Amino acid sequence: MHRLAFVVSLVLLSAPVTAIAVQPDEVLKDPVLEQRARDLSRELRCMVCQNQSIDDSEAPLARDLRFLVRERLSQGDSDQQVLDFLVSRYGEFVLLKPPLEWRTLLLWGLPPAVLTAGMVSLILMARRRTTAHPEAEVLSQEEERRLSTLVDPATREH
Amino acid sequence: MIPEVGHFALVLALALGLVQSVVPIFGARCRDAALMRLASSTALMQFGFVALSFLALTICYVTSDFSVATVFENSHSRMPLIYKITSVWGNHEGSMLLWVLILSLFGALVAAFGRNLPAALKAHVLAVQSWIACAFYLFILLTSNPFTRLPQAPFEGRDLNPILQDPGLAIHPPLLYLGYVGFSIAFSFAIAALIEGRIDAAWARWVRPWTLAAWMFLTLGVAMGSYWAYYTLGWGGFWFWDPVENASLMPWLAGTALLHSAVVMEKRNALKIWTILLAILTFSLSLIGTFLVRSGVLTSVHAFATDPTRGVFILFILVLFIGGGLALFAWRASMLKQGGLFAPISREGALVFNNLFLTTACLTVFVGTLYPLALEAVTGEKISVGAPFFNLTFGPLFVALMFAIPFGPLLAWKRGDLLGVTQRLMVAFAVGTIAVAAVFMVQGQSVLAPFGVGLALFVMLGALTDLVERTGLFQLPLATVRQRAFGMPRSIWGTAIAHFGVAMSMLGVICAATWGTERIVAVKPNETISLSGYDFSFDGLMQRPGPNYNALVAKFTVRSGGIPIGIVEPSKRSFSARGMTTNEAALLSRGLGQLYLSLGDSNNDGSIAIRLYYKPMVLLIWLGAVVMMLGGALSLSDRRLRVGAPKPAAKSVLAPAE
Repeated sequence: MHRLAFVVSLVLLSAPVTAIAVQPDEVLKDPVLEQRARDLSRELRCMVCQNQSIDDSEAPLARDLRFLVRERLSQGDSDQQVLDFLVSRYGEFVLLKPPLEWRTLLLWGLPPAVLTAGMVSLILMARRRTTAHPEAEVLSQEEERRLSTLVDPATREH
Repeated sequence: MIPEVGHFALVLALALGLVQSVVPIFGARCRDAALMRLASSTALMQFGFVALSFLALTICYVTSDFSVATVFENSHSRMPLIYKITSVWGNHEGSMLLWVLILSLFGALVAAFGRNLPAALKAHVLAVQSWIACAFYLFILLTSNPFTRLPQAPFEGRDLNPILQDPGLAIHPPLLYLGYVGFSIAFSFAIAALIEGRIDAAWARWVRPWTLAAWMFLTLGVAMGSYWAYYTLGWGGFWFWDPVENASLMPWLAGTALLHSAVVMEKRNALKIWTILLAILTFSLSLIGTFLVRSGVLTSVHAFATDPTRGVFILFILVLFIGGGLALFAWRASMLKQGGLFAPISREGALVFNNLFLTTACLTVFVGTLYPLALEAVTGEKISVGAPFFNLTFGPLFVALMFAIPFGPLLAWKRGDLLGVTQRLMVAFAVGTIAVAAVFMVQGQSVLAPFGVGLALFVMLGALTDLVERTGLFQLPLATVRQRAFGMPRSIWGTAIAHFGVAMSMLGVICAATWGTERIVAVKPNETISLSGYDFSFDGLMQRPGPNYNALVAKFTVRSGGIPIGIVEPSKRSFSARGMTTNEAALLSRGLGQLYLSLGDSNNDGSIAIRLYYKPMVLLIWLGAVVMMLGGALSLSDRRLRVGAPKPAAKSVLAPAE
């Protein structure tokens, strides 16, 4: 059903559908620990679903993983230890935020690179322009006339 | 008979499209007015035939003609009429027909309302529009024919997927497509300008209303999708950074940038080449969105490889138009003369800043969405890119953008006075800062959220500052203020209101995400659960039959301070035709916040699992989008833009469905 739901939601450009993810019997007694478990769950991918975290997914695998996360936390693992454990078991595919490595260099690097390149080129362009003549370009008379006929209501009465 | 009429009408539209693709350009070359004028007639007739085709398909659905394959697969005789109509586009074939319907509608609108366009430009625009249309007519006719008949008509249909039997999703696709496809006009104008090798401020004035209209629909469409996800997914999230959502967000970001750069071009005749490029990119992103969603490539690269017919066809269209458009741009853009100059600190400068950040934000979404696919295709390695990545990368860009919003409209054209503008924004800034401190004092748990609230207030008051200054409120007599308010160009109102809307959405996101509360519990009848000062008493479960489903309804009485404030009934609907269950969350609005209740599994001991949420200010997220759209509408009604504006776009597109 899950797959079907996804296919259909693809049809309508929307997110996949779940019923209810975290079940009452999973919730830990300790609210601090539970909050940590929830936060961690949002970083972890349900591997059998399409782009869903285990916190959102109702798939049985996601439920197993949620139990696992809570089990490790209850045993005193730090957040990083839990993540490391899951990566060692399922690979980096389980992380919704991939670590910075060679193969994810473009993923992490491209947006800041483009932003920086854009800023630098804008600054360079602005420098070059201040040395050039301002007001070099004006509309031609013909263009001015056409513009004015466009905005003049009198010419719009057909 | 009716399906064949629909099929044939689509073939005729293709034939007309082919004529329109070639003849007007030939006419423009030989300066033959009659050949150029032909484009308008064929554009109108194309729309007529596509509308006829769409009407035929709609009739098949309404009359439950199960001899048509797509009707059999996606409809049911006992479905309410509204869903019979909406199931026309609730599947691949029908939604592509809707796509070309809207495409031909926009072509027809240009033909009908573009009387002021120079003949050659209009001929070129309509020809380019027709290239796109022909590609998609062929796609439908060759790979996704909605009119295919079954050899033997079954007695009953397989029902529309229950998830789609929802009013929100019924109108979401048409809105989204009006936005997506609306950007095709900007694309056609850009290509036409490149073919003609000339472009001026008037060009921007013609393009802007179309872009604005498309942007308004897309804004509403994206917001609608978000609201649907919120009440359907059962846990109150409003944005998931799902590839399918990203596919609609990317054209929105690029379109927003285009809207702003077109202002610079119109007013100052500058940023011409950039605006052309943005127009090409925006529609390219719409096409990429269509490809992502239609080809199945998102589910996995392998799913795409097993049935590649449709995917490869769309990929071909994609390469043809994006590659062709960009190649033409590379070849011809140098012919366009750069226009007006401006200092870095100026209105133009602010709009360039806006463009830089919006396009980078768009790039971030693009890379995040496609990187896993590309990596898997190239190296076979699988990585996941989800919400945590996007929050970390998209968030800071958007914060920078938000901070700049109030400055833009206050800066003067050509050369602005940043210090002066900062002084004028002092009130807004002071209120924002006080808000940060106040929110921080009231709650200590979050550091970022108070800044977010302060920023949102700064943007809101910044937008109001512009209006207050221009109308002379608090300084001039009230009568003069009124006169000024009405005399002011509507685009100024539009700008301020749209920016106010952005801040509203931001405020909603921050408040709901930070201060929302949640409980996940199993309840038994007559038990009471409390959350954020509200008490929910579980009155019991009951069965309630619907037209084509059976609902299990849980009734809760909600009390605040002992006083009943409402009854909420979350339910689960089982649809027998497909053996599927949907979850209907119950919502109760309290001011701008909402109480949210959804059902989980029921247990043997008579209890049922429920999820309870209180989401403060959550309605602001979507109200903000509506306000943004209203701002756009006000801008669109500006006298200056009325020339060639597509006035009845919203009405006419629904007409064929009735």
